[in-house]
Amino acid sequence: MAACAAPGPGHSPEEPFDPYEPTNRKIHEFNRSLDRAVIRPAGRGYSNFLPDDIETLIGRFAFNLSLPGSIVNNILQGNGRGATEDTYRFVVNSTMGLGGFFDPATEIGMPEATDADFGETLYVWGVREGGYVELPLLGPSTERAAWGKVVDVFTNPLTYALDSPENYYGTVASVSSRLSDRGRFSDTIDSILYESADSYAQARSLYLQNRRFELGQGRGGSYLDPYDATYGTADDPYDLPTGSYGDPYDE
Amino acid sequence: MIRTTCRPEVMGTLMMNDLSRRDFIVTGLALTGLVTAPGAALALTDAKAKALVDQVVNEINRVISSGKPVGAMISDFERIFSRYADVNIIAQSTLGPDSRRLSSGQMRAFVDAFRGYIARKYGKRFNEFVGGRIEVKGVRQVKSWHEVASTVYLRGEAPFEVRFLVSDRSGQDLFFDMVIEGISLRLSERTEIGAMLDRRRGDIDGLIQDLRSAG
Repeated sequence: MAACAAPGPGHSPEEPFDPYEPTNRKIHEFNRSLDRAVIRPAGRGYSNFLPDDIETLIGRFAFNLSLPGSIVNNILQGNGRGATEDTYRFVVNSTMGLGGFFDPATEIGMPEATDADFGETLYVWGVREGGYVELPLLGPSTERAAWGKVVDVFTNPLTYALDSPENYYGTVASVSSRLSDRGRFSDTIDSILYESADSYAQARSLYLQNRRFELGQGRGGSYLDPYDATYGTADDPYDLPTGSYGDPYDE
Repeated sequence: MIRTTCRPEVMGTLMMNDLSRRDFIVTGLALTGLVTAPGAALALTDAKAKALVDQVVNEINRVISSGKPVGAMISDFERIFSRYADVNIIAQSTLGPDSRRLSSGQMRAFVDAFRGYIARKYGKRFNEFVGGRIEVKGVRQVKSWHEVASTVYLRGEAPFEVRFLVSDRSGQDLFFDMVIEGISLRLSERTEIGAMLDRRRGDIDGLIQDLRSAG
């Protein structure tokens, strides 16, 4: 984890830290051509072929099987409440939800799933974010999140509890549900990959903003006031780049 | 404060000789209005920020449930955006430091082109919202602005969060950003506008021309 690069002291928090940009851009081009040639048509075909309800079932099944991994990560983070809530959700959906194909936990108003992963665990442990990286096939990530993905291959207890081929069900279901998402959110993903002026920069910006939000960083505090640029900022303490966002009025 | 001290049951016995109860209440309300109105106009409060977003959300919900064709939704969205958002500051801040290079004429043209671009780009996505609704949840002050949280419920999707950032620094209560699950419209558009400007090698007029047909 010490391998995560650190931005220099003069680095603006509003700028993405992207020391591997040239390599990342090559991988981005690879991902984009792969999407165009294979994933996008497959996603569309899959999504058009299967009725929406079936896609939803598969998505829920895959998500339910990811819960034990989240529980482990919650425990590693010292989040007892999250671990308990996810455990209840897993038990309820695996039994009443017929193996996770249905989602009675949400219907009876149980707390939202934490969706914890090892990248988040590293964040909780104080590991820095590192540089932005785009991974082949998997897409946008950070050094910390990428290490997290590697470790998460081993954090899900189901991998050990189930025999072959049952232990592949989760993997197959999650690949299917990703294909299905590619089809269902086709317009959104197309607009980022094929309609934006610089799809690499756009994907990087969207990923980093959303990831930091999910980790509970940047809740409001990371913006700058945009009005400060226009209306003057001399004495405004908020102009200091303390967070990653600013008030647009400040610039 | 005034409302409390003027409560009829407190003051009533003292003044009943001079004024009828009804007169007193009317005078009291008028005074309250006079005293609080200027203060309220000066400062943006949580309540005012929330009221603004309530209006925005009501209008958006009306558009979503109207079942209009996409073209009509785009113009509805443009109208809502122009009325409740500070389009000037959003447009200007997507340019970043480059905004200082623009003449006032260029800035006007840029803001105009930007408004249409945003309306087309996001308005055409409104059909994905059909059958859904937005609910305003809460408000809090952050730094120099107020952040109003809302939840979007779409059919067959998990609910997600949208925050509206409201400021009165332009002289009016307007929102200057929408943040969807942590993704700021303004910062994402800054990346996009920046890339478009790079593609034109920094030529502002070229960027304005591209923006008029983009989205």
